[in-house]
Amino acid sequence: MAQGVLIFAEQREGVLKPSSLEAATLGRELKKEIGGELSVAIIGANSSSLSSEFKQYGVDKVYLADSEELNQYDGERYTALLAEAVSKAQPSVLIIVASAMGKDIAPRAASSLGAGLATDCTGVKVIDGKIIITRPVYAGKALIKLRIDSELQILSIRPNVFPKKAEGDTDPEVIELQIGEKKNPVSEVQHVKSERPELTEASIIVSGGRGMGGPENFHLTEELADVLGAAVGASRAVVDAGWRPHTEQVGQTGKTVSPNLYIACGISGAIQHLAGMSSSKVIVAINKDADAPIFKVATYGIVGDLFEVVPKMIKEIKALNS
Amino acid sequence: MNIVVCMKSVPSSETKVKINSDGVTIEQTDVVFEINPYDEYAIEEAIRAKEAHGGKVTILTLGAATATQNIRKALAMGADEALHLICENAELADSSTIAELLYSAIKEIEFDVIFCGKKAIDCDNHQLPNRLAQLLDIPAVTAISNLELTTESGSAKRNIEGGTELITVNLPALFSAEKGLNEPRYASLPGIMAAKKKPLEERQVSMSNEKLTILSLELPPPKPKGRIVGEGPEAAGELVRILREEAKVI
Ligand SMILES: Cc1cc2nc3c(=O)[nH]c(=O)nc-3n(C[C@H](O)[C@H](O)[C@H](O)COP(=O)(O)OP(=O)(O)OC[C@H]3O[C@@H](n4cnc5c(N)ncnc54)[C@H](O)[C@@H]3O)c2cc1C
Ligand SMILES: Nc1ncnc2c1ncn2[C@@H]1O[C@H](COP(=O)(O)O)[C@@H](O)[C@H]1O
Repeated sequence: MAQGVLIFAEQREGVLKPSSLEAATLGRELKKEIGGELSVAIIGANSSSLSSEFKQYGVDKVYLADSEELNQYDGERYTALLAEAVSKAQPSVLIIVASAMGKDIAPRAASSLGAGLATDCTGVKVIDGKIIITRPVYAGKALIKLRIDSELQILSIRPNVFPKKAEGDTDPEVIELQIGEKKNPVSEVQHVKSERPELTEASIIVSGGRGMGGPENFHLTEELADVLGAAVGASRAVVDAGWRPHTEQVGQTGKTVSPNLYIACGISGAIQHLAGMSSSKVIVAINKDADAPIFKVATYGIVGDLFEVVPKMIKEIKALNS
Repeated sequence: MNIVVCMKSVPSSETKVKINSDGVTIEQTDVVFEINPYDEYAIEEAIRAKEAHGGKVTILTLGAATATQNIRKALAMGADEALHLICENAELADSSTIAELLYSAIKEIEFDVIFCGKKAIDCDNHQLPNRLAQLLDIPAVTAISNLELTTESGSAKRNIEGGTELITVNLPALFSAEKGLNEPRYASLPGIMAAKKKPLEERQVSMSNEKLTILSLELPPPKPKGRIVGEGPEAAGELVRILREEAKVI
């Protein structure tokens, strides 16, 4: 009988992805209701030390594959290891974070384990021992509630939605996984050096739209981002105009983000843009058009010229910080 | 080079969602169906591969009968033929079921490369490409923003948090497209004329063995009404104070 919860701990270069602890916190909550053990699968080079990061998350067992050969994510190999952890732990629930890696490994694992998968979940409940999940569809214009009927229920969770909470202290047992052979080489991982946090992981995002007037003015959103320790985002209009890179686009055909604070500067709030950011906890809109649709979703708004408002905000925040 | 593109017809991104009284589907009258935006990049990449290496492009769609017009659009862009698996109410269906159905059809087609979109913008599942590749037992690289294709292999770039991965796989292989992979072409008038005569096979299929049950579909709760803090730069100080003291987010 399948029982308990397994978490896929995501790491790159020996650094744990912070949202993995959100997954562990959710796992600990689910375990209280469905019983069994809470275990974590940790896969990657120099990853053995990561098990200690789960000490305060009620983890009973760690399934570990730590080898130099696993220094880069390789979908097939990582999936095989995750499947091995599943066959050892026999969980009824597997939780993965819906990051770039998680979005790739979750359907691979689901397919190879013959399981149902609900991706990018924003709500999870247990009813009669079964997981009931909520996820946005139609770009957030509707919410769907699903039950996963396979014996193993796999879900990927949207980062920044489920709070993480350290509690207690456990000393998990570590079980090593057998590392299989390499099939498809990842030739290279290129890092884009950035002083700013990554968009999908940031707790604050400052985004600019066509109201920024041109690529030369984005130093304003960048400065505001820097005084807040925030990431920088953009609307599709400015990405398509070549003012900002694709990687910064937020929306239906860009990234889905749910930071604590999203500041939209000169963005009208088209439905496709809202699709990517409406689950942000606090939304601030700065727009000179009082009728812009962005004000319908904004928690706080300033009607005004961003070229006057943003520099003033930067000044005020600097004053607070000093 | 034989190429298959998996293409889904989805409600246009402008669609106002209304939920039917059954509580699990959306009202479809007045909904305009378009090619899933990510699949447009897949179609474009497929046509470019054909232009570079010869061969043909087959469009594969599973969906309602109304998807025909979008299949013709893909043929007008430059795809050669199409297979339409007709099945109503497949929009929000479980990816494992869709993958099985597409797999049964694809395994009878000769292919070197399969292109998909990264995700369908209606169900936002982000599952099908990897599930299909697993069933076919071929390598897959998902959400690619660049591809160098030869007759033997493909080197694809995918964006990850804070960087890119460059992954090389041998063909046959599957790639799913991210925005930025290319700029999809518009169909030309001769293309639209030619598309009318290109082969389009239709087959009825039915779904079974779903691993997910849809319990309900709901509109999201309305957002509490926001607050206009003020007008112009004078409001900036007050906004910053609210963000620090009331919302406690900075
Ligand atoms: C299939 C599809 C997918 C799409 N996907 C996305 C997506 O992922 N992300 C996305 O963002 N869009 C997407 N779009 C595009 C979307 O429909 C809008 O065109 C786009 O979001 C508009 O960007 P914007 O708000 O920057 O520009 P605009 O709509 O032009 O808005 C500019 C705003 O700036 C304000 N402004 C101008 N000057 C100032 C000033 N000095 N101070 C303050 N305010 C000022 C104006 O009042 C206006 O509200 C998609 C569209 C389609 C069809
Ligand atoms: N019903 C379908 N028919 C054809 N291709 C599909 C279908 N559903 C999904 N796909 C393909 O799989 C990709 C990802 O979809 P999904 O996993 O459903 O988000 C899409 O961009 C299409 O390329």
